[in-house]
Amino acid sequence: MNAITPATSQHLPVPQLAMSQYLTFMLAGEVYAIGILNIKEIIDYDYLTDVPMMPEFVRGVINLRGSVVPVIDLLARFDQGHTQIAKRTGIVIVETDRGEAASQPLMGIIVDAVNEVVGIAAEDIAVPPSFGVDIRPEFISGMVKRNGGFIVVLNVETLLSIEEMISLSIAK
Amino acid sequence: MNFDTEMQAALQTFIIESLELLEQIEEGLLSLESLEETSEQINTIFRAAHTIKGSAGLFALEHIVAFTHVIESVLDKLRAGEITVSAALIAILLPCCDHITLLIRNVDNGHFEADSALTAKGNALLAQIQPFLNAELPVKPPKARVSDDPGRIENLGSREINHGNWHLSLRFAEDSLRDGMDPLAFIRYLATLGDIVHLTTLSSSMPDAEAMDAESCYLGFEITLKSAASKAEIEGVFEFVQDNSTIHILPMNSEVEKFINLINALPEDESFLGQILVKSGALTRHELDEVLKQQASVSPEDHSTKRMGEILVEQHTVQEPIVTAALEKQKQIKSNKARENQSIRVDAERLDALIDLIGELVIAGAGVNLQALGSRETNLQEASHEMMRLVEQVRDSALQLRMVPIGTTFNRFQRVVRDVSNELGKDIELLITGGDTEVDKSVVEQISDPLTHLVRNAMDHGIETAELRLARGKPACGILKLNAYHASSTIIIEVQDDGGGLDRDKILAKGIERGLVSPGVVMSDQDVFGLIFEPGFSTAAHVSNLSGRGVGMDVVKRNVAALRGRVDVESQLGVGTTIRIHLPLTLAIIDGFMVGIAQSTFVIPLDHILECVTLPHGNEHHNYMDLRGELLPLIHLQSVFNIPGAALPRKNVVVVEYAENKAGLIVDSLLGEFQTVIKPLGKLFAHLQGIAGSTILGNGKVALIIDVAKLLNFIQRKKTSVPQLQSSPAS
Repeated sequence: MNAITPATSQHLPVPQLAMSQYLTFMLAGEVYAIGILNIKEIIDYDYLTDVPMMPEFVRGVINLRGSVVPVIDLLARFDQGHTQIAKRTGIVIVETDRGEAASQPLMGIIVDAVNEVVGIAAEDIAVPPSFGVDIRPEFISGMVKRNGGFIVVLNVETLLSIEEMISLSIAK
Repeated sequence: MNFDTEMQAALQTFIIESLELLEQIEEGLLSLESLEETSEQINTIFRAAHTIKGSAGLFALEHIVAFTHVIESVLDKLRAGEITVSAALIAILLPCCDHITLLIRNVDNGHFEADSALTAKGNALLAQIQPFLNAELPVKPPKARVSDDPGRIENLGSREINHGNWHLSLRFAEDSLRDGMDPLAFIRYLATLGDIVHLTTLSSSMPDAEAMDAESCYLGFEITLKSAASKAEIEGVFEFVQDNSTIHILPMNSEVEKFINLINALPEDESFLGQILVKSGALTRHELDEVLKQQASVSPEDHSTKRMGEILVEQHTVQEPIVTAALEKQKQIKSNKARENQSIRVDAERLDALIDLIGELVIAGAGVNLQALGSRETNLQEASHEMMRLVEQVRDSALQLRMVPIGTTFNRFQRVVRDVSNELGKDIELLITGGDTEVDKSVVEQISDPLTHLVRNAMDHGIETAELRLARGKPACGILKLNAYHASSTIIIEVQDDGGGLDRDKILAKGIERGLVSPGVVMSDQDVFGLIFEPGFSTAAHVSNLSGRGVGMDVVKRNVAALRGRVDVESQLGVGTTIRIHLPLTLAIIDGFMVGIAQSTFVIPLDHILECVTLPHGNEHHNYMDLRGELLPLIHLQSVFNIPGAALPRKNVVVVEYAENKAGLIVDSLLGEFQTVIKPLGKLFAHLQGIAGSTILGNGKVALIIDVAKLLNFIQRKKTSVPQLQSSPAS
């Protein structure tokens, strides 16, 4: 099983039925969430090697204990500009492997700051509005109301779809 | 570990070993026809089949046992000389061998019982092999039975003299009688051990009557003894006189064979010649001691110490053939022992894990080294330098672990060539050289397919039919050569045929027809022949089930390119074609040259680099420069790769070459050579033009490796927006 940030998990309420855990993080003032089953680890943003001739959203590659992992800029993927690197910037390492021969199982996404792991019941996840959100609808699994704001639950499969990224980079 | 998993592990070993043995059998069968002396090879094949049968029995794989048993019986007859090696026999044994392979592979897939289709196939094969099983040379068996039965030989007719099995040569010492040793008593006692078949008394040493001392013994005896007693027992008879008298006990010539067989059958645990001879019974312990004593006493004054074998033969203690056999055995034991020490079977995955780890270690070590150099501690620097040296050695020897000789891959083609030449009705001989050349394991695995394409292609299209060959004044038998050798840091694999060669004009015409070449363009032979690697390109008039569909050669090129290699074609019409595959020695590591561009670091493979020069002033914005009178096109990497950062005033040019195209890559700084572990970039970056992969630098940062071939090509295509021709292996 994948590594989970253990410090936060003990504050969680006893999981109820159909309750899944999500990691929430900040990106350009918005709160996003990704299911923790997809997350391998979280590292600090350090040095990143640019890869030329790739689309904007591929920021580069990092050395993750010996393996070379591509890093995706979500803001660029959402067509909302560039993530500015700051003190709390981190990289969330996500497993994109869906059983297909581990061709590139790991990918990193740049986030402004990691918040916490939260339990979200399936019935609390609302269908995203058809407009009003600036992100392509297929990237979103749903929206959750929490602490007076909204959390955007991301769909990792489409968000980090290698096939789509490849076709985008070839088009470039 | 419980019983089941233990069984599973044992079964896995059985499968791996059996498949290896089957390969051995196949190889053996294929070599049988060409060998003059086949008995050794037949024995090897028989033993392999026997082992498979025996091991299959352990796992209660009855269908394999039953099938292999029949094959074993046939091989046994072959071994006994009851049937002879013939093309027909080999032709049926080979598919049988395949069938066993299939059965074992099925076991590997979890089918422990034969399914009906396979059984039917097996039975069909058995039916074909039945005639060989029934064939008997009628003369042999009764003959064998006679010699096996010792009771039949009793009369002492002169013709039967040979049937005694020991020859004793006795020269009693002169003092024997004085010591109370009567030769006659010994001979009588000897008679109790067996029959004295023949006895000759030698009186040649008897002096004249007046000089004779009646108390001395002058007589010698030559005795032929027929006895079941061992040499040691016979020697025991003469125990009391052996100190002074000369006693030689030798097996008769007809028995020498028996001793040789005995020696060959000995378990392989003695490596001293004397021990081997004693064990077989050809030498007694007493005789051995004598010889050893003699050897020890001679050596101080005489530097050329005689070998034990020589002494034994000289003194007629043991006949020469027996000594030779024992020496042979000794050599075999030694080499077997050496082999046991030399190889162990290791799971390839563990090996890969080790090499990955060592790759990490190299990177981590480089990091430590960098820190040490940054500090002012000389001791630390020295220590880290020493560590780096060791780490590099560890890495080199770890990479050696993955190297395997390419011979096994080559040998597989014996069968392919045999089968395909039968199918085509051509007479083709395969010559293999350079099988010892070592290549990275993964290269060997991946080169097999492209090689098969090339070999089949050469046989189908390259080598002509026998009639045509004769008409062209060539020998009817076509020759296909597989060769491998190292050249600098690459390995070259050659597939050479002495067939019709490539028809330049025909290929060019086809290329123009297919729009790959614009008419009127002057092309080198190399470029024209390169066209055969284009997808769907075929000049074959008709399509056979072997080749001619135009698929294949492009696959060859693609597979070889995936291994970072390239393919060359050399051909002469009517004489033959040579296809050379150039491959890197190992896939995991390259010699690289680090360059800096703005803040980024890139690695250029060293084997593409010709030299480095400083970019002359005033040349910053040109796309070419003058390199000692030669016009060198320049590539501004910073702009091609779109790297941000201010342009530095001093720039360098790395002159690279690929497939006779030269270019200068403009970089900011030259950071030096280093060996580097290649890390694949993954699917996301697979389409990138000009980037071959990545590597991790000593400081933990990732650097990209430039793919010179693709980069040059990419630039060329970008500049000439109209695609001219996709020629040369560089495309």
